Amino acid sequence: MNGQEAAVVVNDPSLIIIALLPFIGALLPGMMIRAGRNACAIFTALPTVLSLIMLLLLAPSVMAGQIITVELSWLPQLGLSVAFFLDGLGLLFAAMILGVGLLITLYARFYLSGDDPMGQFYTYLLLFQGAMLGIVLSDNILLLLIFWELTSLSSFLLIGYWKHLPEGRQGARMALAVTAAGGLAMIGGMLILGEIAGSYKLTDILAAGEAIRASDWYMPALILILLGAFTKSAQFPFHFWLPHAMAAPTPVSAYLHSATMVKAGVFLMARMWPVLAGTEAWFYIVTTTGLVTMVLGALIALFKDDLKALLAFSTVSHLGLLTMLLGFGTPMAAVVAVFHIINHLTFKAALFMTAGIIDHEAHTRDIKRLGGLRTLMPVTFVLGTIAALSMAGIPLLNGFLSKEMMLEEASHTDWAGSPWALPVLATLGALLSVAYSFRFIVHVFFGRVREDYPHKPHDPPFGLWIAPALLVGLVVLIGILPHVAEPLVRVAAGAVTGGTLPEFHLKIWHGITPALYMSVIAVLAGAALLAAHRPLDRAWIAAPRPEAKAIFDGLVGGAVGLSRWVTQRTHDGAMSRYLAIFVGSTTLLGYLAWRGGGMPPQTREMLPVPPLVLVGWVLLLVAAGSMALMHRNRFRSLVVMGVIGLTISVGFVYLSAPDLALTQISVETVTIMLLLLALHYMPKASPVESSAGRRIRDGVIAIAGGAGVGALALMFLLRDTPTISDYHLANSYEGGGGTNVVNVILVDFRGYDTYGEIIVLGIAGLIIYAVMEALLNGPAARKLRNTDYSLDRSRDRHPLMMVIATRVMMPIAILVGVYIFLRGHNQPGGGFVAGLVVSIALLMQYMASGFAWTQSRQKIEYHAMIGWGVVIAGLTGAGAWLGGKPFLTSGYDYFHFPPIEEFELATAMLFDLGVFLAVLGAVMLMLYSLSRIARYAGETVNREPMDYDPSADRTTRTTKEQE
Amino acid sequence: MNHWIIAPVILPALLAPVIGFVMRHDLPLARTASVAGTVALLVIAIGLFVTAGGDPQVYYLGDWPAPFGIVLVLDRLSALMVLVTTVLALLVLVHAVATGWDARGWHFHALFQFQLMGICGAFLTGDIFNLFVFFEILLIASYGLMVHSGGRDRMRAGLQYVVINLAGSTLFLFALGVLYSVTGTLNIADLALRLQEVPADEAALVRVAAMLLMIVFALKAALFPVQFWLPGAYANAPAPVAALFAIMTKVGAYAILRIHTLVFGPGIVATDGMAGTWLLPAAIVTIAIGAVGVLGARNLLALIAFSVLGSMGTLMVAISAFSPVATTAALYYLVHSTFAAAALFLLADLVIARREAGHLGARPATLQNGLFAALFFAAAIGMAGMPPLSGFIGKLMVLDALRAPGTMAWAWSAVLFGSLMTIVGFARAGSALFWKSTAVPLDEPETAETDEAPEAPSGTDRPAGAMELAPVMATVALLVMLTTFAGPLVGYLDGTTAQIFDRSGYVTAVLGTEGET
Repeated sequence: MNGQEAAVVVNDPSLIIIALLPFIGALLPGMMIRAGRNACAIFTALPTVLSLIMLLLLAPSVMAGQIITVELSWLPQLGLSVAFFLDGLGLLFAAMILGVGLLITLYARFYLSGDDPMGQFYTYLLLFQGAMLGIVLSDNILLLLIFWELTSLSSFLLIGYWKHLPEGRQGARMALAVTAAGGLAMIGGMLILGEIAGSYKLTDILAAGEAIRASDWYMPALILILLGAFTKSAQFPFHFWLPHAMAAPTPVSAYLHSATMVKAGVFLMARMWPVLAGTEAWFYIVTTTGLVTMVLGALIALFKDDLKALLAFSTVSHLGLLTMLLGFGTPMAAVVAVFHIINHLTFKAALFMTAGIIDHEAHTRDIKRLGGLRTLMPVTFVLGTIAALSMAGIPLLNGFLSKEMMLEEASHTDWAGSPWALPVLATLGALLSVAYSFRFIVHVFFGRVREDYPHKPHDPPFGLWIAPALLVGLVVLIGILPHVAEPLVRVAAGAVTGGTLPEFHLKIWHGITPALYMSVIAVLAGAALLAAHRPLDRAWIAAPRPEAKAIFDGLVGGAVGLSRWVTQRTHDGAMSRYLAIFVGSTTLLGYLAWRGGGMPPQTREMLPVPPLVLVGWVLLLVAAGSMALMHRNRFRSLVVMGVIGLTISVGFVYLSAPDLALTQISVETVTIMLLLLALHYMPKASPVESSAGRRIRDGVIAIAGGAGVGALALMFLLRDTPTISDYHLANSYEGGGGTNVVNVILVDFRGYDTYGEIIVLGIAGLIIYAVMEALLNGPAARKLRNTDYSLDRSRDRHPLMMVIATRVMMPIAILVGVYIFLRGHNQPGGGFVAGLVVSIALLMQYMASGFAWTQSRQKIEYHAMIGWGVVIAGLTGAGAWLGGKPFLTSGYDYFHFPPIEEFELATAMLFDLGVFLAVLGAVMLMLYSLSRIARYAGETVNREPMDYDPSADRTTRTTKEQE
Repeated sequence: MNHWIIAPVILPALLAPVIGFVMRHDLPLARTASVAGTVALLVIAIGLFVTAGGDPQVYYLGDWPAPFGIVLVLDRLSALMVLVTTVLALLVLVHAVATGWDARGWHFHALFQFQLMGICGAFLTGDIFNLFVFFEILLIASYGLMVHSGGRDRMRAGLQYVVINLAGSTLFLFALGVLYSVTGTLNIADLALRLQEVPADEAALVRVAAMLLMIVFALKAALFPVQFWLPGAYANAPAPVAALFAIMTKVGAYAILRIHTLVFGPGIVATDGMAGTWLLPAAIVTIAIGAVGVLGARNLLALIAFSVLGSMGTLMVAISAFSPVATTAALYYLVHSTFAAAALFLLADLVIARREAGHLGARPATLQNGLFAALFFAAAIGMAGMPPLSGFIGKLMVLDALRAPGTMAWAWSAVLFGSLMTIVGFARAGSALFWKSTAVPLDEPETAETDEAPEAPSGTDRPAGAMELAPVMATVALLVMLTTFAGPLVGYLDGTTAQIFDRSGYVTAVLGTEGET
């Protein structure tokens, strides 16, 4: 049975405005501070007042049993909607949040000093207020989670408000860590809850209590949600963050720790009460936690000398009390809990404000430095005393009523079969509570007036004491006329239990009941305890006890230290380890994947191995092995690399792939030449950096990886599959206009790939240039200048024979390049190879006579050459658009001009020209960069083609030769 | 045929050489051309995004029929990725111009355009070898951007980045070789078609190919155990470049999403479930590494880099489920995490330039401390997945989608614990950067300055102007919009997911109605 379903549900969009007003209003204070502190405070109060008025307008219908809802779609796929609802519980909390918020705004206006950025403070305050309001009004648990985490975040800002104080920063971080951890656990719990209920709508979930309690997932959900509630409400063992949050300005403490933040956990337990409560697990977890927290908090509070710390631990204790009551799982206990929420709010907020006043006026909150303030601050004395007496549970004040009812509930609840455990411990908690409340009064206000206050205290201005005064008024009002609060308690408690409430009346006198005896014992023993405070305090200080902050800091510090250690060990930039892990895991995973399936049947036989191939194979093996063994000598390893490359080229020839062979040879030549030039400026040998063990490890991994690749290649070489190449072979001439399929694939079928690859080459050229510039502008240039390379240099850098030979070869080589380019479409060749051949020819000139000499004889910029190449290739491709065809569609035709035979012109050739230029430009730009480095390294610029010129008096000859 | 499909590749490919080779001596000209080109690219991307609602559109390069030539495929996924790329690119470019990063080395704008070409090309291609080619382009261009303006640490990190990624490229070639030997095709749709016919008892080579490809993509996406390159690379790259790199890891995620759903995805007997089985633990460990790194970081950029790693883990956890719900969540998280990372890097650049130090030790507060603190708070909230920004919604969606019994406990614990450590890490960093600094006197740290290589040239001791702040603020505003309009966006993503899992729709669109080869 469920009350929500029976209740009348009314839709009212104003609820959204109520919930969102604080967020919108949060923009105001930051701006209005420019108009002064009063304006700032007024404009902070404005959204709160508006919200409160709108809430009170809705209150009558809620009191009449209606439920007000509103829903806007947000993310329906997830089940997240902007859904709010207002029932009795929501109304109670919303009124508390807004009402106390208003008082805090007033109080903070007078509390904050001129140095504090007030605009920021009020912005944070409104953000926090909005988040709290959102929690209590949400009708969607995902939305509730959002507001829940928002309170963590905004309270982080509030607690850390005095950012220059280390306590503020640490307290803020601690609060965030603990409450965010709880919030994250709660996300899990809520998602489970939503899954069981089939909806994230709170009202649906409240209706699905039976199903949820019966579900297998009930326990995980319960624990996760309680983790959220316990962390937020500072329940043992998560209570430690709350006292450290006291580093915040007192208005923040008064707000967060009386009415709002810490009550969020209690609210959540109350909200989820119809769903989660009533099971064994709930009773034992919640009641026990609450009980332990209540007693422990009260005990610590008694020995705290800082006024705010005392109040903080008393808050922890009272939150424990509330938790325990909700844990009982009986409707009457829920009623008491709701009533105590109201009462605790009134006296605790007033007490925090009183503590703030004392701090503000006396410049200290240390009880041991206070005393005798009764005569100096009479108003504060009256307010503080009444509120503290209420906290102690003295009759005619509201704290008495709810504490009495709590004791009554405890007196007839069994715990693990024992009827005594709960009443005794509850009385103990009450007793300690009396003791610290009395201590607050006696040690602060009574006693002699002292001479050594840090600042001579006197009563604060009206603006500072009016807010607590209003609250104390409520304390007395409810204490004397409890039935004033009864309708609100009834409707809120009805919302908690989800319907039926036991018969009850809030009244002062319940007759002679066990609870009365317990109360009396508590008051008397509490007073006695206070009398013995001095020796007890000494014992307490002497006794070893775990310091929560030290533990927490140790935990976080340990986690940070461990994280740092792990990160630095694993991500230290050791490239060889990264590669070893990469190759090793790839080999392993590849093997595991291979094992998961069978092999298709073999369709080819192994071919016999002719001796020539065997020789090549052995050569490759030896070369690869030598590379591994002598890579420390860099020049030698370059030679070995050349051997490998050439052997592979020969392999291509043997396997009838002349195009590949041609490309491989020219790439190999260019690479080796450039590397040779680059190596000149580097150390000649690599130092030994790895241990023998690591080398063995790397060797094993490398051999495993290589064997894996080899096995893979063998496996697929023994099997045939029909491929798209058959189509390429068939259509090369018809569709692409060329008989060299490889070239047609490169410039036509897959011209787009080639386009991409020449861009890669062009980018590489650019990067080499850019990096070289960056290097030469940095410390590397100094190093280059200061290293003496002269010993490495040949006496005859530009030998006569080489100069002559390269000059003679140059026209031939260029002609070969043109030939290879032109025939590319039908015979092995093409723009790529041609580009490499021509660049080799040019490279030779540069090597023979030096860069500067050669450079002064050529007019085309290499940058531009790459650019032209890429642009020509791109525009050729784009030209197809003019014919309405897609990018890179080729066209070709045959032409016949009388003296020459018929020949073919294809757009693909133009594309190939782009490839040619880009390749040539990139290689030459690399050379240019190397020569710049050379000049930095002190290489002289030669004006002559060779070092020794046999015709020294006829220098013009060289230019002729070049032509 | 819609020629606009290829525009995101051709436009930067033609613009970049012009900027690099014609305009290289005049920075204002290069800036104008680069920004104008990127704006045009954004407009094109929006146009493509709008038109990509229906069936996949195919562009047959060279007018060759599929699967014999190369095709580009524009579907909702590729359109989304191109759009995200271009939006991010414009923000980053404005930042780089406004802060003067582009003037600190050669060829920034040319490389930037080439980089865009590579990324867009990778998203648009429908051919797996062509994907390799574009991986090369974006790798080489990103290397150039990464070592932009030089410096010892940067060059060293750049070398590691390029070496590890070249190893990945080699593996890509091996994988393609194996795949081609088994299927005889390179067209993705054709691969999807042919793989359906491979029976389980002949699947060994196909499985190897699928696994190797997954490792290649995981390397790009920085997934354990091939994630090692990311923190060093991102933390040492120029911050705006690191912001652009936020999309680079997503290329890897995209490739897994594309290839391992379409080709090796659910329902393919040969590779059934293999990808998910291996991705999930890898992603979970990645989250842990990211979280541990965030908590232990001593340096702001390293902290952000590790948070990127963690977000990639979360993203891949969602992808590893290979279910429609989880894929939608993954896509949302992908968009979100791209912009969240970018916002942090851009902001970090502004802060570090004024702090003249990237480490999290005590330094006096910079100019505009409050403004930077607020922006950092917002961006960190986004990255750590706290409300009210899109990270929280993304996280909820990911968690909500992962309810398979074997997965749930691991994935949820990883995501939630990872979030907690990230929150604590960011709170510590923010507190040190923006709060503790207010207690440090201005004249104290002069001694510490000598051992610290200056991160940025001097002259940054001035407030950030509107153009410098605009990209950061716009990125944060994007996160707000992702949150506010989560409903419509997820609606679009649902359609995207449906298309991703509609294998026959893709195959039919590319290969023609009967889908035969």
